[in-house]
Amino acid sequence: METFQKLKNFYWPFKKYFFLSVFFVMIVAGITVVYPIILQKTIDDVVIPGNYQLVPFLATGFILIMILKGISNFLQQYLGDLFGVKSVYTLRDQLYKKLQRLSFTYYDNARTGDLMSRLTMDVEGFRFFLAAGFRELIRVSLLIVISLGVMFYYSIPLALVTMAAMPFLAIVVYRFDKKVHPAFRNIRKSLGRLNTRIQENVSGMNTVKSLSKENFEIERFTSNNVNYKDINIYTSNIWSRYFPLMEFIGNVSMVSLLIYGGYLVINDSIQLGELVAFFSLVTYILGPLMHLGFIVNQFSQAKASGERLLEILEAKEDIVEEDDPIVPERINGHITFNNVSLTYTEDDDSALKNISFDAPPGKVVGLIGPTGAGKTSITQLITRFYEPEEGEVLVDGKPTSSYSLKWLRKHIGFVLQESFLFSTTIKENIAYGNPGASMDEVIAASKRAQAHDFIMEMPKGYDTLLGERGMGLSGGQKQRIAIARAILIDPSILVLDDATSAVDMETEFQIQKALKEVMDGRTTFIIAHRISSLKHADEILVLEEGEIKERGTHEQLIKMNGSYHRIYDIQYQDRDIVMQSVE
Amino acid sequence: MAKSMTVKEMKKDSPHLNRFYYPLDQAVEKPFNWKQMWRLVIYLKPYAKTLMPAAIIAMLVSTFVRLVVPFIIGTWVIDKAIKDQNINLLTYLIIGISVLYLLSYAANTYRIRWVNILGQRVIHDLRKSLFSHVQRLSHNFFDKRSAGSILVRILNDVNSLQELFTNGIINLLMDVVMLTGIIVILFVLSPPLALAVLFILPIMFFISTKLRRKIRRSWQDVRIQKSRLNSHLNESMQGIRITQSFSQEKENTEFFNGVNTDNYEKERIAMKKSAYFGPFVEMSNAIGTVILISYGAHLIITGNIEIGVFVAFAFYLGMFWEPISRLGQIYNQLLVAMASSERIFEFLDEQPNVEEKKNAKAFHDMKGNIVFDQVQFSYDEDRVALHEISLNMKQGQTVALVGHTGSGKSTIANLISRFYDPTKGTVKIDGHDLRDMRLDSLRTNISVVLQDTFIFSGTIMENIRFGRPEATDEEVKEAAKVVGADDFIKRLANGYQMEVEERGNILSAGERQLLSFARALLADPKILILDEATASIDTETEVKIQKALKRLLEGRTAIMIAHRLSTIREADNIIVLEHGRLLEQGNHDELMKKKGEYYELVKSQFEMLDAL
Repeated sequence: METFQKLKNFYWPFKKYFFLSVFFVMIVAGITVVYPIILQKTIDDVVIPGNYQLVPFLATGFILIMILKGISNFLQQYLGDLFGVKSVYTLRDQLYKKLQRLSFTYYDNARTGDLMSRLTMDVEGFRFFLAAGFRELIRVSLLIVISLGVMFYYSIPLALVTMAAMPFLAIVVYRFDKKVHPAFRNIRKSLGRLNTRIQENVSGMNTVKSLSKENFEIERFTSNNVNYKDINIYTSNIWSRYFPLMEFIGNVSMVSLLIYGGYLVINDSIQLGELVAFFSLVTYILGPLMHLGFIVNQFSQAKASGERLLEILEAKEDIVEEDDPIVPERINGHITFNNVSLTYTEDDDSALKNISFDAPPGKVVGLIGPTGAGKTSITQLITRFYEPEEGEVLVDGKPTSSYSLKWLRKHIGFVLQESFLFSTTIKENIAYGNPGASMDEVIAASKRAQAHDFIMEMPKGYDTLLGERGMGLSGGQKQRIAIARAILIDPSILVLDDATSAVDMETEFQIQKALKEVMDGRTTFIIAHRISSLKHADEILVLEEGEIKERGTHEQLIKMNGSYHRIYDIQYQDRDIVMQSVE
Repeated sequence: MAKSMTVKEMKKDSPHLNRFYYPLDQAVEKPFNWKQMWRLVIYLKPYAKTLMPAAIIAMLVSTFVRLVVPFIIGTWVIDKAIKDQNINLLTYLIIGISVLYLLSYAANTYRIRWVNILGQRVIHDLRKSLFSHVQRLSHNFFDKRSAGSILVRILNDVNSLQELFTNGIINLLMDVVMLTGIIVILFVLSPPLALAVLFILPIMFFISTKLRRKIRRSWQDVRIQKSRLNSHLNESMQGIRITQSFSQEKENTEFFNGVNTDNYEKERIAMKKSAYFGPFVEMSNAIGTVILISYGAHLIITGNIEIGVFVAFAFYLGMFWEPISRLGQIYNQLLVAMASSERIFEFLDEQPNVEEKKNAKAFHDMKGNIVFDQVQFSYDEDRVALHEISLNMKQGQTVALVGHTGSGKSTIANLISRFYDPTKGTVKIDGHDLRDMRLDSLRTNISVVLQDTFIFSGTIMENIRFGRPEATDEEVKEAAKVVGADDFIKRLANGYQMEVEERGNILSAGERQLLSFARALLADPKILILDEATASIDTETEVKIQKALKRLLEGRTAIMIAHRLSTIREADNIIVLEHGRLLEQGNHDELMKKKGEYYELVKSQFEMLDAL
């Protein structure tokens, strides 16, 4: 219940729909029971005594009542659904907003698949419960109670005999629900495994074909496919065992009704019409009783869904703006690190230890070192994707935390390692950070990133759609679009995190020439493994295990004879030999 | 009804959707088509003499019981036993009904069981044949399609046939039997009352088809809208780092709010339409009841029918709706099945462009002498990828292919693995034309190490073993040791048992490369094709890769699509390509002396290095 209490904000504003819907449900349940009563009246008061003049009244009354029922039925369903949809609409909006705000730390530990299943399945489950669950519970209980009431009113002994089988039915339903829900979960799991298997096979088709492992793959797939089939059959066997049994118990009820009822009619203890009415009333109890288990199960599922959604809604936002953030006229891009240390999670080693450097506007800083040395961490502190554990990160002399986040990031052009592009046109992708940019500006940026030429070769040029159903781009092409995207926001600080790794040397050379021009008077950070990508930097920081091992210009570092020199040797080992033969 | 929209249409549709496009180009339904239906029915054939008839008999028995019990209650129990106060007859009748119910209990148990086994087996067979067929298709098939769209066909399109094959076909029979049965019994009981009551049948059919179609359409709109919503959710989370670094959170939220509102509106409409359904059905039932009460009472009083007949009619009236409603559903299922099966058959009809001859021979103990004889190749008609190239690669040699993107390096590699056949000329290995040889015997002798190695979810051990599934743990470890992958694997928390996956970031680019080397070494091929990685690899790992490469190349014919000068320099033969033509070949020293294209290439690289 606590879960529903916490999520109250999302559904309580629409409570009037809920209460109206419940009101009409009550009308519907009441009227449903009228049908067998009319049947009884027709037989006992009209047909048997031969009172045909009562028929028009009965018929008109019946039609009127059914119209009322029809309208109520429509309203209870529509209003109930509206209650669910409206609540979920606000819930979705809030979830999305929250997800946009959650920091990198959150996403480092989250899995997209898991988040997606919460946003789709759990939201739907919650909606279904709001829209139908409660209402159904009320409808079903009302129907059972009223039907029982009418039955007891007609004949207490007959009601008792008829109901004798009900406890058995209840037990069977309970056991069925207990078995079938885990079985359904197993189907879902098996389907998930089958999905993963096929997806991996198709995505890794190049690898499969190049090692000619098609038969091996078919075998692996077959075991999943068979498992999926078997679990489905197993589940339907549960159905086949319990469902006919439930029906049979219902039929036993009917038969006992027939024996005892027939006997009572023959003895004139009850009237024939009442016996017929009993038949209908029994079905009103049997159906809901079988349904009850389903509703109860839904309740517990909705609760679990609600809890998973709350986990997102209540996740800690660890990067928060100060109350009165600074929004300066312009950011010059003077970056200073003073003894900065960073740890991602408590049980991890420090990602950065005691890092200090100063990068005034116009400076180019190169970062080099093995994977996991902390190069990316440094740049992500500048944009305040994370916060330093110790020390301070200053932009134009003030700590990053004092700036408005949006303002700070607006002035930093970031080209991330993974050049993620969105499902939209190339133009929109380049203009992602600056949606108002003109076409000319977009073209200028892509020319600098050496992307213009290949874009123009595409059938629809800048209007080419990218994404799952769109055009596929090579790694190098993606990187160039990502660079254009970063240039277009006209940043004071540019960060290139391994941004040209998939671009050939010649193109990289052209990009760097263009960037030199653009970044004149601004600060640039370049992360790279190739010395050629950063040897022109004003200062190169050589990182190892979160610490700065060496620093200086290319020439200074070469003279130091340390790590940098070693990297240089490896990368340029054959240069001299080759050059000799060139000269 | 194809739901394909162009960008412009989508913009017009909802102006706020400008920011992202999630086109949905798959038709949900297709008109009924006998030929296609027949192709589907063929999948039932293996069960035509076993499960099918068994399920049908079980179905007929349970339907028979359902049909006959109200008849017995009306005409015998009420009109004979109760009315005549014959307790003996009542007892016999009730014993008879109980037996029928028991029979129906058994029949239902087996019906549900057999129907599902039948359906699941058919689905299993269909999926298996589709998957196996896709495995046999050639590269050009996969070049044209995204992984997601292939997955959807094998998984979702096949699954959408599940309902049809499990319950659909049997239910169709059951409902037809049921409806005809009811109508026949009603006419036997009382023709005039039957005629009067059947008045509601067309109304019910109308509701079941027309109204339901409207409802179905509006739910399709919801589905399209929802898939757009979910696509965006998925993408927004994958791209969250980009969004935050460009501080586009607010703009995205606005976009999402638009999609969310559209989704809400479409759902509201669909729900409103759905809410009409129940009341309409009930109203048609009510009309039937009123006819029964008015006319039935009249017939009883005038002595035309017995009261039991009246009661039986009341029972049957309540049984009408179920089969009619289900027939409507089955019709829907059929339309959906048409669209899905069309997509499935489209895949099944695809032929691999590289076909094995019937009398293809196997390689015995391949040496690895590769010859290209006047080979020409084009991917499509107006784009020639290779122009009459002749090459000779000897057993044990390392051959480096050098040239810009699009020069034909990958094409040469693809022709050796026979992923494509040359348009003209022949490719031979050990003197055999590849077209005469068995594909599996060719490809098990060749390993291709790609730039972007795919990591399957599973342990490191399983990933390396992918190169040779029957290898022992020791052999796997040995291979990893030889290529120098052993160090980093041991450092992982669970060593060789560490679970990895494609999208996980446990392995760096360089480590993945080493893993793929181990895979290739384990496969122990005669010919190795290697697309050298350009991705970002730190220098220390790079050194390891270079060392591993040397071990990998020993004793094999190796074709390298090379980028690093150091690898190229050590090759026995360097082939310089441009626009699908062979410019020059020879070893490094020879080509440098020649001062041709290769010399220029090397020189310009170094000039660039120095210029920055």
